[in-house]
Amino acid sequence: MDGASLAARQVGAAARHARIRFGGLRGSDAAWAMAFLVPYAAVFVLFVIYPVGYGLWLGHRPGLYAELFSDPIYLRTLVNTVLFLAIGVNLHLFLALLLSGYFLQKSLWVKGLLLVFIMPWAAPAIPTFISIHWMLDGQWGLLNNLLWFVLGINGPSWLTERWLTFATVIVAYVWKWTPFWTVILMAGRTAIPQEVYEAAEVDGATGLRRFIYVTFPLLGNLYLVCTLLSTIWTLGDFNTVYFISGGGPALSTHVLATLGIRNAFQIGDPSLGMATVMSALPLLIPLVIVLMRKLSRSQVQL
Amino acid sequence: MSGGAAAAGRRRSKRLRRRLSKAGQVLIGIVVLIWTVLPLYNMIEVALRPKDAVFSGDLFPAHPTLIGFWDVLTENYWYLTHFWHEMGNSLYIGVATALLTLAVGTMASFVIARMRIRGAWAISNAALLTYVIPMSFLAIPFYRVMQDYGLGDNLWAVILVEVTFATPYAIFIFTEYSASIPIALDEAAHIDGAGPWGIYWRIYLPLMAPAMVAVGTYALLLAWNEYLYLYLLLSSPGNMTVPVALGQFLNSDEAPWNLMMATAVVYALPPVVIYYAFRRYMSTGLTMGGVKG
Repeated sequence: MDGASLAARQVGAAARHARIRFGGLRGSDAAWAMAFLVPYAAVFVLFVIYPVGYGLWLGHRPGLYAELFSDPIYLRTLVNTVLFLAIGVNLHLFLALLLSGYFLQKSLWVKGLLLVFIMPWAAPAIPTFISIHWMLDGQWGLLNNLLWFVLGINGPSWLTERWLTFATVIVAYVWKWTPFWTVILMAGRTAIPQEVYEAAEVDGATGLRRFIYVTFPLLGNLYLVCTLLSTIWTLGDFNTVYFISGGGPALSTHVLATLGIRNAFQIGDPSLGMATVMSALPLLIPLVIVLMRKLSRSQVQL
Repeated sequence: MSGGAAAAGRRRSKRLRRRLSKAGQVLIGIVVLIWTVLPLYNMIEVALRPKDAVFSGDLFPAHPTLIGFWDVLTENYWYLTHFWHEMGNSLYIGVATALLTLAVGTMASFVIARMRIRGAWAISNAALLTYVIPMSFLAIPFYRVMQDYGLGDNLWAVILVEVTFATPYAIFIFTEYSASIPIALDEAAHIDGAGPWGIYWRIYLPLMAPAMVAVGTYALLLAWNEYLYLYLLLSSPGNMTVPVALGQFLNSDEAPWNLMMATAVVYALPPVVIYYAFRRYMSTGLTMGGVKG
């Protein structure tokens, strides 16, 4: 528990106190408050409640799930999704954790490098993923040309075998999203008071031990929230798989988000498509509950 | 004598260690640089190739030419005949999303943070709940819902979807940022006879400007990153946008790769420029209260 959070709690307590003291609003003030809330309430009802409700209704028939589970493509997709979450999320967050320390160095060239490093996140996803897709072309792609020039070897045909393709999807994902989390974790590190480090140094904790015993415990909560959020967003990630592999070869690298769209619009069965994405709910709901508790309690925000 | 030599040795090994760690840092820097730049370099490099050199094993374009960019900007290729119209659609969606998100977000956060009403927590929780719904999971119902609202094949369908998913973030950031503006200002204005609208318009909004720049940029980037909803909700050629046009050619064998990459570069430029111009605000916004863990 650091100073900032204590301060936040005190502010929160003061605000609660003020609310009790002033009570509710009266007359025209209350009318204004309602008027200010109408736009968001309308957005929430029209574009959250109704689509969510309609979606749940679309995918509610148990028969749909029986159909899904007898489909080998669906089962493969399930495996892919779990692997994508387990490997992709942890890999890029851990890299972000390490790089957030690296980029806090004071030297000028590191700061310059950070400006470049942030680019994959600032650039829109579709152009860069299309570029990566073309880079991976077995015959004319930049990657294999590079392998030939530097190592003198013929690179594989990246997008024609399931696991190789799947690996490139994860790598593209890591490329796109590591910068974002690095910036978040950098903010987390700068919020750790310098005195803590000084005290740790007096006690002899430097280097790796400083990271394990000081930095990581203090960042732990933020890191957990990042992991939860990233897992939820990754579950809904459509662009990476769609643009890098398109679910191929032979539908072997789909994830739930892309297979759902395929079932709904290419096969033309919206209920089946909705059931495909809704089969992630047993994973999604616990994540959301834990995350909402964490977010509303500790005020971590992104 | 020997003690002095040992001390010198220690100094030397310490200096060596420092140099090694410096070399390690530079090495990491180089790896990070290559890793980051490679796909971006590929985009520009292919865009600079003339048409007949698209399929070649070069690492650098042998005869770099701007003709690809010229063809894109002058719509001089059959799949590019509506490039500026498509770019205009993307821009329209992005700007409308940003403005609407700012309007809805500031109003809601004004009530939550400044008006002390009961039940403000319900709004916060609604926002939080929206924030944790994976956006693509609602694409299937949205396809029907937008038709029910009479917004089939209408740019506003996409704008409203983007606003729905951008507003929760806006409300968090604004509510958080409001805490840095003294409530005494509101009270002083209230005593001077200003009503809620006056306080919102003349005091709240101007002081929120930095957070609004951050959130506006965020909303614009969110819309600019979109593909799925553009592809599903818009169908007529007049409502075509750049990402969908690019996506059409992804899996065709005769894709004009140099022109696609030139299009990609042009499409990627506006958000990159905007991001770097407002970077200072972005990082305050993104990381504000980042870690009160």
